[in-house]
Amino acid sequence: MSVAVAIDRVEKRFGSVSALAGVSLQIGEGEFFGLLGPNGAGKTTLISCLAGLARPNTGKLVVMGHDVVTDYRAARRLLGVVPQELVFDPFFSVRETLRIQSGYFGIRNNGDWIDEILANLDLTAKADTNMRRLSGGMKRRVLVAQALVHKPPVIVLDEPTAGVDVELRQGLWQFVQRLNRDGHTVILTTHYLEEAEALCGRIAMLKQGRVVALDSTSNLLARFAGQTLNLRLASPGTLPEALRARATESGGRWTLPLADLGEIEPLLSTLREAGCSIEDLRLTQTDLEDVFLGVMQSTVSPNKAAV
Amino acid sequence: MLGFRTLLYKEVLRFWKVSFQTVAAPVLTAMLYLMIFSHVLEAHVQVHGVPYPAFLIPGLVMMSALQNAFANSSSSLIQSKVTGSVVFVLLPPISYVEFFLAYVMAAMLRGLMVGTGVVLGTIWFAVPDLQAPLWVLTFIVLGGAIMGALGMVAGIWADKFDQLAGFQNFLIMPLTMLSGVFYSIHSLPEFWQQVSRFNPVFYMIDGFRFGFFGVSDVAPETSLAVVAMSFVLVSAATLALLRSGYKLRS
Repeated sequence: MSVAVAIDRVEKRFGSVSALAGVSLQIGEGEFFGLLGPNGAGKTTLISCLAGLARPNTGKLVVMGHDVVTDYRAARRLLGVVPQELVFDPFFSVRETLRIQSGYFGIRNNGDWIDEILANLDLTAKADTNMRRLSGGMKRRVLVAQALVHKPPVIVLDEPTAGVDVELRQGLWQFVQRLNRDGHTVILTTHYLEEAEALCGRIAMLKQGRVVALDSTSNLLARFAGQTLNLRLASPGTLPEALRARATESGGRWTLPLADLGEIEPLLSTLREAGCSIEDLRLTQTDLEDVFLGVMQSTVSPNKAAV
Repeated sequence: MLGFRTLLYKEVLRFWKVSFQTVAAPVLTAMLYLMIFSHVLEAHVQVHGVPYPAFLIPGLVMMSALQNAFANSSSSLIQSKVTGSVVFVLLPPISYVEFFLAYVMAAMLRGLMVGTGVVLGTIWFAVPDLQAPLWVLTFIVLGGAIMGALGMVAGIWADKFDQLAGFQNFLIMPLTMLSGVFYSIHSLPEFWQQVSRFNPVFYMIDGFRFGFFGVSDVAPETSLAVVAMSFVLVSAATLALLRSGYKLRS
């Protein structure tokens, strides 16, 4: 698989704050790649560097073989970016916005493709409406449409479903998945981890400007494989000392990771011996959220994890 | 090339869609100036042997053109920065030179349209001569370009609308109002005459006016040299800002 995006030891500082502290990643052509991390982890800064909105202090970013600084024209033609902020130009209608955006990328007579994007994003009825009159969800769709006018082989979506209703989210993902099936490389940042789990083949997790996990989604899930026991004790109840070290508590519920199901019986007997009575008990499968929390809380050496 | 042309088209369409505010309003303001000043001074004042209303018209044309050229590029940039829509012009493969040319040319075009509007709106009051149209065109084009570029600097530098208003009210307005629009600097005390000679806008107005009447406060060649030099300096500064990505690309 050839490389769509290569990011090599990218550092970006804002004053004394280090937003990216040496990020290296390679994303293959046709991948659906997830970029996850808490707020301030550097996801948007990394995307900004890729799109030429920010300039890295050191390191190199390459899109389909074109350096984003020295060969920026070619690199930007190959990249479609959906920005995180809900921005729009209030002077124009939806169709005007898309025509103008096509022109910026050197494309004239783009009407057929614009019609197709409008139809796919359910915007046809709003084509001649001024941007100011659109709802937030509609504006978000136009942002996606704008990123696609030049049919970029690499599409970057920075939190595209923030504040978007469920119906649109589903429709948007179907469209993006279709683009991915047609060969487009998709890079996604999202706070909805279930989306990343369902869509992304591979995921990088960023923390404080560093890659702390980089693997296929299935491997990440396997790394933290197992079940979690989630229980609530009848009041007044607290977990025995022996179990408290491995448990986390939130809203009166205790969560205990299990390496295998055989751990349940000894665990329950420890509770019985301590005189604890269980009010509610659930067994859940590990999902990406557990992986995410596990990675973020772990003290794994970033350099090791980024290999 | 299509990227540049589209950006120019977008910038022109932007002000044209609100032309009542961006073209008609400044023409009306200029007409009001002319009505009031010519009413008060017509019977009393001649400048360079020209009746006052006719003398005033070229000054008003140029002042309106310059102020509107500045307003165009500066307001477009600050609006798109504040709303965030500036990303739409930063993401495409448009070079900083194309970016500069598109904004400056759109600003110049708005200046020319407002200037033409002022000529048409004031023609009923007095018809100034047009002795050297090439000088007229040269000065309004260069003046508009300088102000368009200066508007880019202000729009890029300002983070908020009030900062831009400060730039406009405390720099652009005094420079244009105190440039000999309403008077010949020879009517000023010696000290203020000398001060006026440090104002590049004075040369824009004076050279422009020479194109109409064939007389001016300083030689038109001198004005052209000052204006051309100003254009080179302001353009170089604007291009340097754009190249560095100052306040546009972090």
